[in-house]
Amino acid sequence: MIVDTTDPFRLASAILLVVVMIPLAAICWRLIVGPTVVDRAVALDMLTGIAVAIAALVVSATGRREFLDVAFGSALISFVGIVALSSFIVRKGRGGK
Amino acid sequence: MILEILALILKVGGVAFVVLAALGVLRFADPLQRMHASTKAGTVGAGLVIAGVIVEMRTPDVTLVGLATILFLLLTIPIAGHLLGRATYVSGARLDGLRGVDALQGVLERNPITLEEALDADSERRP
Repeated sequence: MIVDTTDPFRLASAILLVVVMIPLAAICWRLIVGPTVVDRAVALDMLTGIAVAIAALVVSATGRREFLDVAFGSALISFVGIVALSSFIVRKGRGGK
Repeated sequence: MILEILALILKVGGVAFVVLAALGVLRFADPLQRMHASTKAGTVGAGLVIAGVIVEMRTPDVTLVGLATILFLLLTIPIAGHLLGRATYVSGARLDGLRGVDALQGVLERNPITLEEALDADSERRP
């Protein structure tokens, strides 16, 4: 078993990982329903915050430090992605090609 | 023991902020209000969870990468939120939750139709 359930603090982190699935489901709902492109971009932005929180909780639930690097990397990639997406939205909103 | 409990409090607080941010994204009326929930509460939530992990692990490598991640989140999420908010306004998204006057009227050039209508018109023009 990856999570050591005899340690109460690790177990608490594992329970928090299950709780984080609620915002993840809410954000995925917003990502699917929309209704506009900008709403989906906002949901994608929020999804990265949740991904960072999940990666950090995996570190404390399993004790594997590598997942903190995953959190850092996903924060990095999301920033570049949101900047590119908002520049695309501005260009399309002005009627450009 | 006390540090472990402090770490748990930080993690529970962070997860609570993330849940509230997602609730805001789900329930608010227009993209700018949803952004208001996601950028601020989402940053604090993720930052608090990482701070809890730092307090729990107490090793140099986790502290270094964790602090770098928190610093990076605090530096980039306001910039990404600003760019996305500006793109939202300029692209003519509907402002259903707006109370009072539009303070950016005449300051920023705003598209009269929404992005979806512009994309539809674009696809009709080029069959």
